[in-house]
Amino acid sequence: MELRAGSRIKSAVCDTEVIAVKAPAEDIDIRCGGVPMTEHTNSEEEGGTPAMGADGGTLMGKRYVNPEETLELLCTKPGAGSLGVGDTLLEIKESKPLPASD
Amino acid sequence: MNLMMLLEMASSAFGDRIAIGSKDGSGVSYTTLYENSGRAAQLFRSSPAEKIAFLDTSSIALPTALFGSAWAGLPFVPLNYRLTGDEIRELGSEIAPAIGVANVSMQDALKGVPEFEAIEREDFLSQTREGEPPDADWGMDPDQIAILLFTSGTTGAPKAAVLRHSHLVSYILGSVEFMGAGDEEATLVSVPPYHVAGMAALCSSVYAGRRIVQLPNFDAASWVDTAIKESVTHAMVVPTMLSRIVDEIEKRPGVSIDSLRALSYGGGKMPRPVIEKALHLLPDTNFVNAYGLTETSSTISVLGPEDHRNALESEEESIRRRLSSAGKPLPNLEVSIRDEEGKVLAAGTSGEIWVRGEQVSGEYLGHGTKLTDDGWFPTNDGGFLDEGGYLFVEGRIDDIIIRGGENISPGEIEEALLTHPEIRDAAAIGIPDTQWGEIIVAVIVLSNGSNLPVDEVKAFVKDQLRSSRTPDHIVTMDELPYNETGKLLRRVLRENLSDFPTDEG
Repeated sequence: MELRAGSRIKSAVCDTEVIAVKAPAEDIDIRCGGVPMTEHTNSEEEGGTPAMGADGGTLMGKRYVNPEETLELLCTKPGAGSLGVGDTLLEIKESKPLPASD
Repeated sequence: MNLMMLLEMASSAFGDRIAIGSKDGSGVSYTTLYENSGRAAQLFRSSPAEKIAFLDTSSIALPTALFGSAWAGLPFVPLNYRLTGDEIRELGSEIAPAIGVANVSMQDALKGVPEFEAIEREDFLSQTREGEPPDADWGMDPDQIAILLFTSGTTGAPKAAVLRHSHLVSYILGSVEFMGAGDEEATLVSVPPYHVAGMAALCSSVYAGRRIVQLPNFDAASWVDTAIKESVTHAMVVPTMLSRIVDEIEKRPGVSIDSLRALSYGGGKMPRPVIEKALHLLPDTNFVNAYGLTETSSTISVLGPEDHRNALESEEESIRRRLSSAGKPLPNLEVSIRDEEGKVLAAGTSGEIWVRGEQVSGEYLGHGTKLTDDGWFPTNDGGFLDEGGYLFVEGRIDDIIIRGGENISPGEIEEALLTHPEIRDAAAIGIPDTQWGEIIVAVIVLSNGSNLPVDEVKAFVKDQLRSSRTPDHIVTMDELPYNETGKLLRRVLRENLSDFPTDEG
């Protein structure tokens, strides 16, 4: 799938929805629960459950990145599946909480 | 990417929490703010407006108009309501065709501006409360303009800094934890809407889930009263506000703002005696010093509570002086100090502060970008990084005094003057001189009741500064000229002193 910063996509097997904060130029096999994700506007009913090993779930407001950090997804709706590219799971981008400054 | 996604997330995760207003039940929830913003967007879209102006003090209309503009895909332009009628009309013509949400007493200033429709605040609010909110149909183009902010113009004609959705969203995602605030937390916003910190406060608080309490017209007594009444836990103030708050607390023996966990200050240079006194008066409050610019979507470096305590407790001057620093750059930003040719300078050496990162815009409407080819923004602020990576800001490069070929930062002289207990405020400026190029004039404000003689002041600073940096002249004034957001107006001082006799002290 082709992603751009600002693209909204959703999981085919759980409630997860994300927004791409950063996206690589080339096509990317982005999955949730082990199954390719779809356009946010896709209204087709899709069934199924997250595959074993890709069922750790997503957390709202967390950012998920690939090891190269060329891909960054912001979770805007949590679900039971885990995000990944191909078979590799994405990791939560750890950020040191900053004191409120404004 | 759109600022609306921050509010949408807040509305779906904790929609019933109070987003803005009092805890007494009159506040507005995130879901209501979300729906009202949608109706504001419908209103904006149904007009020929290409920009949404805001000429009013803070109220619930402010976030409604801000997020409504983002939803409609139109730039939001808060205007400085303290400008003269002519100045406001000039800015109005610059941004027309536009709609302006305006206070009833300010509406007149916009009358007669072609293609400019002013809506009175209450009228606007009632229109955003009625009817079905639209579907979530905002655009996600990260390059769309979110906010245009006319910079304060302490040096000349105002220019509008361009902040795109990508800049502001990057800033929020990089510095605020989603739903990071407990549901008892509240932030007191007293900076005006046309200040970048006012805009940033709305976005950060919404994303963190921290209730916003607005103080439309700052005065120290109402600030303290509101903080107590609303159990405020967080607040941001500019230095002049903190100085007045400190005086107010001293005037009320026994008063305490128990709820106040964190107080952030920024937007100008904080005199060390003021911050030391504040730390002493509010021992249970965490202090945060933030440094940032309009062009960088607010904060770029932060001196946190731990840093404040370490500096206060340290025996070493190199650590102690960090109390006057702006702390460390945010983790997703790069900061470097450059010389006039753009070469990176070593730690401890003063130069121009450059910054690079996704939240950095550096662009002005109609004037293009100030970013270098590789994305760095030269801030026009002077400063240095110490060995530990702490950033010291020395003020605008244009304010640097060049005396006999030596570059002198006014901040260093001001700092030295302010260590005197009888000097309440100080500014150092350069004025033209045939022999030295420029000479240093220090303007001081004495504490109430002080009759400190000028000679004594001279002797006092001479002990601390090199002789070439000791002020050539010292002038006493009752007050220094500041703008309402706490920026010292050096231009006004220079004008007042332009016919200063330079042949006598």
